[in-house]
Amino acid sequence: MSQEPILATHGLTRRFGGLVAVNDVGFDVRPNEIHAVLGPNGAGKSTLINLLSGELPPSEGQVLFHGKPIQGKSVRQIARMGIGRSHQKTNIFPRLTCLQNCELAARIHMGGVLGSWRSRARAREVTERAREVLATCQLTPRADTRAADMSYGEQRQLQIAMVLATAPTLMLLDEPMAGMGREETVQVTDLLESLTDRYTLVLIEHDMDSVFRLADRITVMVDGCVLESGPTDQIRRSEKVRDVYLGRHHEEATA
Amino acid sequence: MLHRYPKRVAFIMLALLAIVAFYPLWGPAVFGDQSEFILEKLTLMVILALFAMSLDLLVGIVGLVSLGHALFFGLGAYTLALASPDFSPASLWWMLPLVMLVAAVAALVVGVLVIRTKGIFFIMTTLAFGQMLYYLVSTSPFTGGTDGVFIMFRPSVTLGETPLLDMSDPHTFFYLCLVLLVIGFLFLRWLTRSYYGQVLDGIHDNEHRMQALGYATHGYKLIAFVISGVLAAIAGMLAAMQYGFANPAQLGWHTSGEVLMMLILGGMGTIFGPILGAFAYEILLFVYEHLTMHWPILMGLTIIVAVLVLPRGIAGLIIAPPWQRKKTPAVEDEVAASPSVRSTTQHKEG
Repeated sequence: MSQEPILATHGLTRRFGGLVAVNDVGFDVRPNEIHAVLGPNGAGKSTLINLLSGELPPSEGQVLFHGKPIQGKSVRQIARMGIGRSHQKTNIFPRLTCLQNCELAARIHMGGVLGSWRSRARAREVTERAREVLATCQLTPRADTRAADMSYGEQRQLQIAMVLATAPTLMLLDEPMAGMGREETVQVTDLLESLTDRYTLVLIEHDMDSVFRLADRITVMVDGCVLESGPTDQIRRSEKVRDVYLGRHHEEATA
Repeated sequence: MLHRYPKRVAFIMLALLAIVAFYPLWGPAVFGDQSEFILEKLTLMVILALFAMSLDLLVGIVGLVSLGHALFFGLGAYTLALASPDFSPASLWWMLPLVMLVAAVAALVVGVLVIRTKGIFFIMTTLAFGQMLYYLVSTSPFTGGTDGVFIMFRPSVTLGETPLLDMSDPHTFFYLCLVLLVIGFLFLRWLTRSYYGQVLDGIHDNEHRMQALGYATHGYKLIAFVISGVLAAIAGMLAAMQYGFANPAQLGWHTSGEVLMMLILGGMGTIFGPILGAFAYEILLFVYEHLTMHWPILMGLTIIVAVLVLPRGIAGLIIAPPWQRKKTPAVEDEVAASPSVRSTTQHKEG
């Protein structure tokens, strides 16, 4: 684990008026690891992921991707650099088929619309790539189904497939299991686990079982600050984390 | 899948095309003395159908509501009027490319400035550009002020010195308009089903998501804006050819509003719907004008009823007739496209 981090943040801060949503956060993500960000509601996790994907500019500090700052770049440019993200909301194109959704995602990273127009071989490659990611996400049988007609769980999986189709080097997944049943959660957890040999993941997730099963390292946030960051076992044993997050979580559950 | 409709749509559109195209054969028998007048009306409907279809690319496909689309319609008319020689006909061979070029450049300039705006801001900026040009042409002596510019000769279509088509013949001109409408329709149908069309659908559904995938959405929207403007300018040129003049009213916001009503009536985002809308609007206008001088009230009521009863316009009625609503997959297409349902497919952010 002594590799150069693929993503690093230094003193990352984001204020909304008087509210400091993310406060002096510094953490790094190493190649091929799953780095989970945990924290109660309002801890600043979603703001953090928006800062990492460039959807929000930081008030202070910086985000380095492969050692280069991403500040000043548009969401599109950051996506083209290799940071793919899925949103907390199911963000698919409901009128297109499952395959078309993935093709749309793959095409822009494989020569764009013009590339597919100019060369049939390129258009075929795009389709192949889309089919490949559908297979990875076990959505092949649903390839020709309109996204709007798929179950909620399948739509969430499609969203991950679309991020994969863009061939990112880093995937930012914002609560990929949100709103899912137990069975679907296990399915998506299996899927994410199968990706670790090829991708680097930053995962924001509430489902503790999945997080502890998947994550190599965990950063715990409270009130916009990093409470503790380290290997999963260290976080699992941490008194501080248990008191502040798991304790509160437990209290909430029993209330 | 998307932009593919049940077979009956093609059947109905081809049947209507045949009825319109063969009008010179059956028209005189049905309308007698009035048949020439009806042919003129029919030609106008064909021209307006092309105009409405061009706006559909912007409003229905990309999701940008423009209230300044008449700018390009009028620009086409004025380009023809100002570029035509005074005492001889211009050649359509260079007039058509010239009109397209002028419209493309104008659309590019306007587009670069407005394409980053959305919703009400896009409506207002397009309206502002339209009104700016309206003011310019209606006050400038160069463009004939409020009187406009007369066109003494319709552009000719010749091969060398030999005239190919007699454009002064209303039948020939009618067929020229019809052919251009069909070409325009086939082009837009191809475009909306292409990879590029898929990107436009993506932008319509969720532009932010398209950007997050890596698409430079403004560029794609700008191209659509230019194509839309060029098609509108061709329609404007044909309108000027028919009337024999270019007039400020052709590029005023009133014209932009009218074409938007044709879209609403016909069904947005379907390409074929606006053609039906243009015909329906003009027929209604003709009937209402004969019924009462207060026809705008009747037209207003019709549009209100159309919005309430037929939210997807006449096209929606053909794609999914009320008695087939449960069986037709296309209905689901329409339903999925509606914002209310789209929001339910998204999980509430917690």
